[in-house]
Amino acid sequence: MNARRPSDFPGRALTWLTGGTLALNLLLIAGLLALLAVNGGSAFWPRELWLFTLKDGTKVLGEIEREEEGHRVQVEVGNRDLTGADFRWVDLSEIASRLRPNQATLLERLEWGNFHGFPVALRRGETTVAEGPEAVWAALPQLLALKREEAETLERLEKSEIGGVNREIEVLRLERKRRPREAEISRIDRETAALQSRYEALVADLDARRQALLTDTLVMRDASGTEKEIPVGGIVRAVRPNAMGGGEKLGLYLSRLREFLLDDPRESNTEGGIFPAIFGTVMMVFLMSFAVMPLGVLAALYLREYAHQGTVVRAVRIAVNNLAGVPSIVFGVFGLGFFVYVVGGSIDRLFFSEALPTPTFGTGGILWAALTLALLTVPVVVVATEEGLAAVPRGVREGAYALGATKLETTWKVVLPAAAPGILTGMILAMARAAGEVAPLMIVGMVKLAPALPVDGQPPFLHLERKFMHLGFHIYDVGFQSPNVEATKPLVFATALLLIAVVTVVNLAAISLRNHLRRKYASSAV
Amino acid sequence: MEKWGPPAAVAPGPDPALSPEIERPILIVDALSLWYGRARALTSISMSIPEKKITAFIGPSGCGKSTLLRCFNRMNDLIDGVRIEGTIRFEGQDIFHPKMDVNALRSGIGMVFQKSNPFPKSIYENVAFGCRIQGVNRKRDLDPVVEKSLRGAALWDEVKDRLHESALGLSGGQQQRLCIARAIAIEPDVVLLDEPCSALDPVATAKIEELMLELKNRYTLVIVTHNMQQASRVSDFTAFLYLGSLVEYGETQRLFLNPVKRQTEDYITGRFG
Repeated sequence: MNARRPSDFPGRALTWLTGGTLALNLLLIAGLLALLAVNGGSAFWPRELWLFTLKDGTKVLGEIEREEEGHRVQVEVGNRDLTGADFRWVDLSEIASRLRPNQATLLERLEWGNFHGFPVALRRGETTVAEGPEAVWAALPQLLALKREEAETLERLEKSEIGGVNREIEVLRLERKRRPREAEISRIDRETAALQSRYEALVADLDARRQALLTDTLVMRDASGTEKEIPVGGIVRAVRPNAMGGGEKLGLYLSRLREFLLDDPRESNTEGGIFPAIFGTVMMVFLMSFAVMPLGVLAALYLREYAHQGTVVRAVRIAVNNLAGVPSIVFGVFGLGFFVYVVGGSIDRLFFSEALPTPTFGTGGILWAALTLALLTVPVVVVATEEGLAAVPRGVREGAYALGATKLETTWKVVLPAAAPGILTGMILAMARAAGEVAPLMIVGMVKLAPALPVDGQPPFLHLERKFMHLGFHIYDVGFQSPNVEATKPLVFATALLLIAVVTVVNLAAISLRNHLRRKYASSAV
Repeated sequence: MEKWGPPAAVAPGPDPALSPEIERPILIVDALSLWYGRARALTSISMSIPEKKITAFIGPSGCGKSTLLRCFNRMNDLIDGVRIEGTIRFEGQDIFHPKMDVNALRSGIGMVFQKSNPFPKSIYENVAFGCRIQGVNRKRDLDPVVEKSLRGAALWDEVKDRLHESALGLSGGQQQRLCIARAIAIEPDVVLLDEPCSALDPVATAKIEELMLELKNRYTLVIVTHNMQQASRVSDFTAFLYLGSLVEYGETQRLFLNPVKRQTEDYITGRFG
């Protein structure tokens, strides 16, 4: 046994090569996921505020973004409205002292990003309610809660009341275009005028409320001593990160995470949440599945069950496989030309002619995006379904025929259910592909910021013509198109992590459905 | 094999080797020939299958016995390039007539295959399948049929507690009996069995044979088998096919004890090949 045959070596080398390659692949994927998890997961963890005093006397208050050992440190100083930039490099040799003052306060604002500083006073109108950091800190939470409530009322009024009146006015305008009869017109004009005055009253009311939000202010002093009056209505959160314990930090982390997952974006997507993007992505993928399943399954059924297996079918099969290799942007262009302009344009002319030239369906929307992706993923479903159908044993079909079943009954009641796990595999692959696709969507309905979700409380509740937001595009937009790329970097990681999580959840759902079917038709003992 | 030469053409007039006395024929085959493409698989076969008896087809592989069996319920229709001449009458009707309803024919002539082929559905749904495609869908109509068929196939006691589990979880012998239950659930007149025991162990085979003897009180059974002991044990009539021709057909006892043709004798005594 000691003498090893020389021919042993190539085999062992190949084993190592294949195993090593697999390990490399796994490492790359694990590394990517770990990078996203660490950077995305820590994006919302509160960091301490450091007060640097430099040798020339300047003071800098901010969170340490990163430190180049022995050289310099990058500090996120916030206060964009005062300094013009969120970040600042500080040479280590310049620093005279570092402190973590307990009273250092971080304000998350609706506009202008974060503010770092020390509270000075709290004012309601002209009267000063509290003075000095501790007194202000004690009085602030109550006022903050009050203002948040007011701000929420304001937002609700804007969305529902104003939106409702606007919609009614639009309906009347379209009716006026449609029915040019004298009596009708005067009635419509009367109603429009009434609505118009209601609209103006609402706007005046909203303006008053908006003013009221601005009257109460928090006076802050930044590190260099500049005082700044900040309306309390514009503050999302006030925290003293240096005074926080572990539990409080965790609470803040969860609260920020909740905001990220469930709120609308602010400040051109660089702050706030990404709920519309999550919703848009998931809904688009589901719409795509509804479209691609019948399309792919029926086509595969014909190819496998009905068509004469000859040259033509072989050619079609090759063509379908090649379709999967067409660059996705080509599908996007086709979707724009066919779905949006031809189909959507025709729908507009037939059913929404009074709204023209404003397009309803004749512009990008979630339906057209879903159909474009359905076209893109149909080869995947066709191939998987064909494989599933081919795997159904001939004996099973003969068994059905021998019981007097017609071809339709055999296909529908025996072959299709038996092929269901294969078909679902195709759907899983299609969904995974669709969820990650961005390029074609940019021209058929995906937008940076959608004013409303495709599903809401206004009839008909499902608005397939609406534009939508998408996690994939959000990553690109926030990471590379935003005015404040440095500050949004953690958001890019978090969004990427979330996109992967969404794809995983959708896939897991489909896989568990498939496994359920497999168990139901368990092919264990034969 | 060479010493036999080509099979002789059917002589005119009744041949004692080919015309047993059959009182009530249910299937009458007349001058049936079949081609797969250009290859002739059956040569001018004429015979009658008796009602409520077991008829066995024996013969070496490729002799056409399965092909003949699959003519009775027109399963050969599913194969491309099959051409058939001659007639088969089922209860007096020509089954190859253009107006014949194939699906009705197949619900009158059930079939059990060599390899058990339960549908990937529950045991209950397997048995109920035939009824469902005939439009019987109410549970209270199906339940008794399912129970009766499973009892008829001697499977009820083994599966009554797991009717709604997958049929693919059953053992090979159970699956084959399930296929028999499925075939008799729609009350056919004839059940065709294409080597039903070839994939089963001796215990499962014995059960199926016992079942066949019980079933013949209610159904006409036609069985293709490789196993001559099986043919002699269960069948009432036996047909020996060779190279696509019917060589000898008669009462099982007579054929096994007193074969008229030399080829038959060689085959049943194992001197064949």
